[in-house]
Amino acid sequence: MESVTDIIELSHVDAGYGRQVVLRDLNFSVRRGEIFVMLGGSGCGKSTVLKHMIGLNPVLGGRLAIDGLEWTAKTRQTLTRKIGVMFQSGALFGSMTCLENVMLPLEEFSGLSRAGRIGKAMELLAAVELEDAAEKLPGEISGGMRKRAAIARAMALDPEILFLDEPSAGLDPITASALDDLVLRLRDERSTTFVVVTHELPSIRKIADRAVMFDKARGGAVAIGGVRELEESEDEFTRRFFARGGGKI
Amino acid sequence: MRYLGEVFVALCGFVLRPWKLRWKDCALAFERASFDALPVVSGIGFLLGLILAFQSAAALRMFGVEVYVADLLAIGLFRELGPIVTAIVLAGRSGSAFAAEIGTMKVDEELDALSTMGLSPVGFLAVPKIVAATAAMPVLTIFAELAGLAGGALVLELLGVPVAAFWRHVVSSAGAFAIAFGLAKATLFGFLVAIVGCGAGISTRNTSDGVGVAATSAVIGGIVAIAVSDGILAVLCWIWNL
Repeated sequence: MESVTDIIELSHVDAGYGRQVVLRDLNFSVRRGEIFVMLGGSGCGKSTVLKHMIGLNPVLGGRLAIDGLEWTAKTRQTLTRKIGVMFQSGALFGSMTCLENVMLPLEEFSGLSRAGRIGKAMELLAAVELEDAAEKLPGEISGGMRKRAAIARAMALDPEILFLDEPSAGLDPITASALDDLVLRLRDERSTTFVVVTHELPSIRKIADRAVMFDKARGGAVAIGGVRELEESEDEFTRRFFARGGGKI
Repeated sequence: MRYLGEVFVALCGFVLRPWKLRWKDCALAFERASFDALPVVSGIGFLLGLILAFQSAAALRMFGVEVYVADLLAIGLFRELGPIVTAIVLAGRSGSAFAAEIGTMKVDEELDALSTMGLSPVGFLAVPKIVAATAAMPVLTIFAELAGLAGGALVLELLGVPVAAFWRHVVSSAGAFAIAFGLAKATLFGFLVAIVGCGAGISTRNTSDGVGVAATSAVIGGIVAIAVSDGILAVLCWIWNL
């Protein structure tokens, strides 16, 4: 039974591609308003689980529910309104300016006038401190700025959940830290739930309310809880991960 | 098959609600597929007419009827060669470009981004290109045919046949049906080239050579689609005596 505080629930979920199961029998939930981090070594299946959560791939077994709804053709439209996604590369449309990228979901779904759309998009760009880059193309701005613009676009329709895939990947430590600050600020200001995929230990320590650790070798989730709990986990793999730094295992 | 179904559904949706189509993207794709291709299409058309006229004039001259080169050119260009050569150029130029553009977007996760926003990549990216290429083909074909006739007229002028006589034969042999049939074929070829090109882009694999493979598939697939559909039309025309 899903708790009223849980916004995402995975119950006996098998995750993978096609017929290949990568992670088996996943059982955890994400609470409303928290920053939940999915972590593990490279290639352990974090992004695979994320793709199930955002409805790009169906789960191979079990039940995955977002706000009580599973991904089906009937629920797709409802669920896509509840989520926003920032992909690892940013996935901004190269032929559109940052402003046009943020305006795109508003054009398609908001019903706002053009002036209203521009106003809302500029407000979102200001929230990620990119108002000066509004008229620039994605190719003309840095990787960190592209990720912030992608977050602005993901927030355009005020989703309840924001999914961030490797937000710190490819960024220098200062830019990565600024992005973590942005995530914390947005969560506090907008009460948005964040699901973050990363193996960057400094980011995990800074932003995570709770986290789940995946282990490819054992093919499943091996620990879940607050960062402190994971650091002191009985699971040796998890302890080693935190002791040596994510991604090096 | 799923892709074709999505294209069909998206096209039906845009027929019912045309304001939903991204007309700006459509206009840009039309400009690239048509106006930007005019020099190459006209050049190839001119050379095609020139070569055909030379080759056929050599044979017809033995009987003193070089002027019938005009009839041959008119029927050949309007019914067959104009649409098919233009479509092959479109496949090489725009079909591959559609595949490369959409394929690169897929590798960069932009198609996934569209899906998570609740937008169909087919409706958002492919359909404007399909509409543009379908509309561009008759325009390009007309230019290719006119250029081909100009090439033929030049050859006949050099062989001593006046341009006025050449045009009289063109007008008398190329009926309205031949011209309309050729343009209808051109429209169909444009539709097929764009469907194949966009489909190749959407099915791009996330590998280092994925986009290159998609562009190649778009050209080969487009040319095969043109040849097969032209063959089917030729058989139907023969059956129906058209």
